[in-house]
Amino acid sequence: MAAIDIAEVSKIYAGGVEAVKSVSIDIEDGEFIVLVGPSGCGKSTLLRMVAGLETVSKGTVKIGTRIVNEVDPAERDIAMVFQNYALYPHMTVYENLAYGLKNRKTPKTEIDARVTDAARMLEIEPYLDRKPRALSGGQRQRVAMGRAIVRKPAAFLFDEPLSNLDAKLRVSMRGEIKRLQKRLGTTSLYVTHDQLEAMTLADRLVVLNGGRIEQIGRPLDVYHAPASTFVASFIGSPAMNLVKGSLEGGSLHIGTHAIELGYPAPAQGRVTVGLRAEDLRPAAIGDETLVFRVDYVEELGAQRLVHGMVEDQALTVALAPEAPLADVLAITISTERLHFFSAETGKRLYRQKVGAAPAHREIVNVEPAL
Amino acid sequence: MSQSSDGTTLLPALTGRRWPAGRVTGASGQHGQTAAKRVQFTSRLLPYLFLAPQLAIIFTFFYWPSAQAIHSSFYLEDPFGFGSTFVGLGNYTDVLKSGEYLGIARFTAIFTALVTFFALSIGLLLAVKADGVIRGNAAYKTLLIWVYAIAPPVAGLIGMMFFDQHIGPIVELARWFGWEIKVGLNYGDTAFAMIVVSVWKQIPYNFIFFLSGLQGIPVSVREAAAIDCRSELRRFWTVILPLLAPTAFFLLIINITYSLFDTFGVIDVMVKDKAANNPITLVYKVYMDGFRGNDLGGSSAQSVILMLVVFVLTIFQFRFIERRVHYN
Repeated sequence: MAAIDIAEVSKIYAGGVEAVKSVSIDIEDGEFIVLVGPSGCGKSTLLRMVAGLETVSKGTVKIGTRIVNEVDPAERDIAMVFQNYALYPHMTVYENLAYGLKNRKTPKTEIDARVTDAARMLEIEPYLDRKPRALSGGQRQRVAMGRAIVRKPAAFLFDEPLSNLDAKLRVSMRGEIKRLQKRLGTTSLYVTHDQLEAMTLADRLVVLNGGRIEQIGRPLDVYHAPASTFVASFIGSPAMNLVKGSLEGGSLHIGTHAIELGYPAPAQGRVTVGLRAEDLRPAAIGDETLVFRVDYVEELGAQRLVHGMVEDQALTVALAPEAPLADVLAITISTERLHFFSAETGKRLYRQKVGAAPAHREIVNVEPAL
Repeated sequence: MSQSSDGTTLLPALTGRRWPAGRVTGASGQHGQTAAKRVQFTSRLLPYLFLAPQLAIIFTFFYWPSAQAIHSSFYLEDPFGFGSTFVGLGNYTDVLKSGEYLGIARFTAIFTALVTFFALSIGLLLAVKADGVIRGNAAYKTLLIWVYAIAPPVAGLIGMMFFDQHIGPIVELARWFGWEIKVGLNYGDTAFAMIVVSVWKQIPYNFIFFLSGLQGIPVSVREAAAIDCRSELRRFWTVILPLLAPTAFFLLIINITYSLFDTFGVIDVMVKDKAANNPITLVYKVYMDGFRGNDLGGSSAQSVILMLVVFVLTIFQFRFIERRVHYN
């Protein structure tokens, strides 16, 4: 078990393409960090640099107290779980688990004990003599996890381990990974493009975009205070509504609508306004309202997603299934739940911290860790 | 390998075109993948008609000559075609009692073993090294492969030039170490040259297959191994080589066949018009006795013996070696 320190790490490929741009992440011992971002954001490259499968172009990677930039992957004391499992097809499950230990000259009895232990933990005992091809996708993933566990490494590295599984299995395996990691307390670095996976697994998540860190923070902090429009649209499902608006004095203008904020505006002039679909609700009497023309409705069972327009801007509203529908709805949002972003840079505009903010909405004011 | 995947994709494509006399069984009709594998024909003759071209080729160039060889191996043929006498197994006993024949058989066995071993191991070594090259690997691969495009007699000629008494670079090199190579005069030297040229000719073929075999090993499996095992050599023996086993097994059979039969051209160029005391293989002996010595009966008996040897060898390979091979 060890902390991992990624300091100003860059990856520059031959030809000058910079896949990872000066990324720094300080991972504490036992922490579960999820790297999340769209494809091509450099998350896998970063993970592979920690694993030693890619060279580090600039910066340093430290595992424990040791700088591992030049250390062989097998010597880094890490274990990796791959997207397509990467089991050795010619070995039985037992041999797959034992291979790494055997190469490290672990005594036979010790290997046996560890493999049995891991197999029990992962419920793959009945398959120990089978070859991987005789296993289902979920079982193979367990074996791949087992191969990582038996080594008792300083850190687990996961490279989209669940994306080859079907939706139902993915949810249950997600839970299992979380449970295992908590039980073993091993520092973990997990790469995914699935924001839901990121939210549910992470102690802290790192949102990457174009090789740069957009935000690092606890899942709920990132959700409630996204640092940029990119994070806002990436984290949370459905994606946060982003509309054009302007702040004039203490009020927000969206098209011809004007909403009184009730607190000092974080900026003046043109801004991007973020509204979570689940924060929008039908207006009651006396609320500030937006006139919302309904286009179509997606029924999800527990809620319904209503897609429509406020004047010329698209908006999605998550409503309770029993809420009445009409062609035109009056909707509203608590002004405390509004997010403001710079219209030019897309960066979050933070509100002044004032004592007047009600206690239960304090989360809005939490500064992200960046 | 690629053949099996071709086979399965071919059938749906054909059935989709609706054969005039064919009918696809199964409820899902012509777009069912499983149904497409089972094609039934309304006419019983039609499948044979489709097979006919292939069967005609096999029959004309394999079964018929084989039958001819077996037939004439029991006869003593007149060298000028004026008739033949039935001698039973006489040709066989003559051949097997001949010390010369047994000597050639021994040389053939050694030759085959050495050529197969070196062609396979050098091909594998080059493939592993070329696979590791990232920059300019296309150039390396092309350079390594194109020897294969040379026809065997031409390869034999080029090989002869390597070993030429006056201009051969290999002879020159050996002279440095005090070894006077005399191809065509010295039995051992000729054997050495034959083996070197035969190996050289076969390496590209093995290289291509080993390289594609290596590239068929998933990158992530190699990476997993890199994390699990520090020693690259150990990784090669425990992960890469077992996964290459199907390719290696296939190549083993091909290389043995090559050494036994396809080296004919190389040998012919090397020993033609040379003094008699030169190493030759069994196939060359068949040719010599049959077409130079006009002993068609004895030559046919040798062909049949060779056929049996290959037959036994193939059965042995499939029964005992293939069991240890892991197919994905």
